[in-house]
Amino acid sequence: NILNSCGDRVRSVAMEDFWAMVLAGLKVWVCLIVSLLMVPAMFGFSLGISETYMKILVKILEWATLRIQTVNKEQRIIQSSSFNSEEDGSMEEELRGLRRSRPKPPVGGDFTLSDCFYFYRRGIEDIVEDEVTQRFSSEELVSWNLLTRTNIDFQYISLKLTMVWGLGVFIRYCILTPLRIMLASIGLTWLVIGTTAVGFLPNWRLKSWLSEWVHVMCYRICARGLSCTIHYHNKENRPRKGGICVANHTSPIDIVILCNDGCYAMVGQSHGGLMGVLQRAMARSCPHIWFERADMKDRHLVTKRLRDHVNDKTKLPILLFPEGTCINNTSVMMFKKGSFEIGGTIYPVAIKYDPQFGDAFWNSAKYNMVSYLLRMMTSWAIVCNVWYLPAMHQQEGEDAVQFANRVKSVIAHQGGLVDLSWDGGLKRAKVKDTYREEQQKKYSSMVVGSEEDRSGNSD
Amino acid sequence: MGSRASTLLREEEIEEIKKETGFSHSQITRLYSRFTSLDKGENGTLSREDFQRIPELAINPLGDRIINAFFPEGEDQVNFRGFMRTLAHFRPIEDNEKNKDPTASEPLNSRSNKLLFAFRLYDLDRDDKISRDELLQVLRMMVGVNISDEQLGSIADRTIQEADQNGDNSISFNEFIKVLEKVDVEQKMSIRFLH
Repeated sequence: NILNSCGDRVRSVAMEDFWAMVLAGLKVWVCLIVSLLMVPAMFGFSLGISETYMKILVKILEWATLRIQTVNKEQRIIQSSSFNSEEDGSMEEELRGLRRSRPKPPVGGDFTLSDCFYFYRRGIEDIVEDEVTQRFSSEELVSWNLLTRTNIDFQYISLKLTMVWGLGVFIRYCILTPLRIMLASIGLTWLVIGTTAVGFLPNWRLKSWLSEWVHVMCYRICARGLSCTIHYHNKENRPRKGGICVANHTSPIDIVILCNDGCYAMVGQSHGGLMGVLQRAMARSCPHIWFERADMKDRHLVTKRLRDHVNDKTKLPILLFPEGTCINNTSVMMFKKGSFEIGGTIYPVAIKYDPQFGDAFWNSAKYNMVSYLLRMMTSWAIVCNVWYLPAMHQQEGEDAVQFANRVKSVIAHQGGLVDLSWDGGLKRAKVKDTYREEQQKKYSSMVVGSEEDRSGNSD
Repeated sequence: MGSRASTLLREEEIEEIKKETGFSHSQITRLYSRFTSLDKGENGTLSREDFQRIPELAINPLGDRIINAFFPEGEDQVNFRGFMRTLAHFRPIEDNEKNKDPTASEPLNSRSNKLLFAFRLYDLDRDDKISRDELLQVLRMMVGVNISDEQLGSIADRTIQEADQNGDNSISFNEFIKVLEKVDVEQKMSIRFLH
């Protein structure tokens, strides 16, 4: 009996010691986090830890690429395209080529049985590879970046590479991810608390300065929570109050990226739940624009509210994503004209992510928000470049659509992205019949266009 | 997530497709990757809706005919073999193939097979003749509402008149070949696939 009670006491002491150790460990951990990550985030300077991490990462990835290439002598480098379309011409050029083989008929319209070859070949080309559907899924990498998710052609290369990959998995999932989740939750909680606290202040100038500081600080913590490395270019063009900032859209993280370097008024639908709490808290400290779902259908209402905000020169610039949906950062798709009808100065911003370190694209068909954020937190890092472009205004005689296209091409050119006129909404919706009718009209003019010329001449 | 594409396609299958269509190993794996990305239902076959989801194809006036060519008679699903077999018609004709084994069956991308593919896109009822109605149907698809019925009718009549040699008021396959003998079919009905 005495032995038993001795044993129990020893065990309970050991347990107490164990828990004391755990507590001490946690205290050290929290101190480290606060000093090394949160304080720099709050005051906007960097201790160089992430820079060192990135340098090591780049070296490892270069080594891995070399290993893969030396072993894989067939050089299975992924082409950017499936077929060579350089010699393809326009409809007119191709049909003229097809019709060259026989004389033009005197009457009855210019048609040959081989006209259809043009449409057949274009159709098969589009089946093999088209410009649009590839924008709604993640970009293929030229060389593997040691993440399972980007491994298309699974091949065992060497033991060393597999070990490095395994080590990478351990580091990413067991060390980095818990750290990042903790940072992100701290950032968001602090955002809610901070903005609510600032919301109670009556003094206007102090309030807006404090509100901006709280916003930027929390977004910086969130950015650390995703291991973001952001390079801002041309900061002199940064959006000013009373303006509208437009950018290409790749993921919800775009907001974190842009808000690390300035304060913007958000526009969007008001949600319930956790998101709603966040939205209401933010709105207390400075004016954001949240719409009810029903109101969003009323375009005039939306435009009016945005215009009122823009005309008030003391309010923050509005942040808008005219594509309306997430695109995979290889191209810029049609800009909806709504953003360009508000009036006011447009500040275009181009955002380009480096896919080597982590794929930022949110494929909303495949992943919901939570699994997307987890994927972000288990990548190596998010690296991106942000270019602030000179302000643009709508010119005389230019309608909203032309203005939108002009801004789109400027952003595409700066970001090195393909400039497409296709609507991002094609992700879910069918293409409108009017485009097919355009094609038919074009072809018809090549069949009977000559008739009109002839009848005109004979008058 | 996980490894996609080529691991689901066995080596024996790739070899069989290589023999049947003449595509290279890497072309087949790349096209398989494309096939799976179009296959939203993830059941290993494509339906007509899967093709129509490609916007450029949906606005092609002859898009529906092209999609039809992939599906065997009366069926609504096409598997990867069928997909490759149809695409093989558009492979360019390589010089070294022209001197191949004469006892082997004609390759899918020969000039004659390319023309047969185009012929079948006109000849819907597969009676080996392009009738006036069938020609009008294709014409109407290509021009939409921009040309009147009479004008279209006279274009169809003239086309048949030029091609028809045996006076049956329709175009047979041989007459079709004769009309197009000066057209560079090899180039116009080919896609320059990259390796």
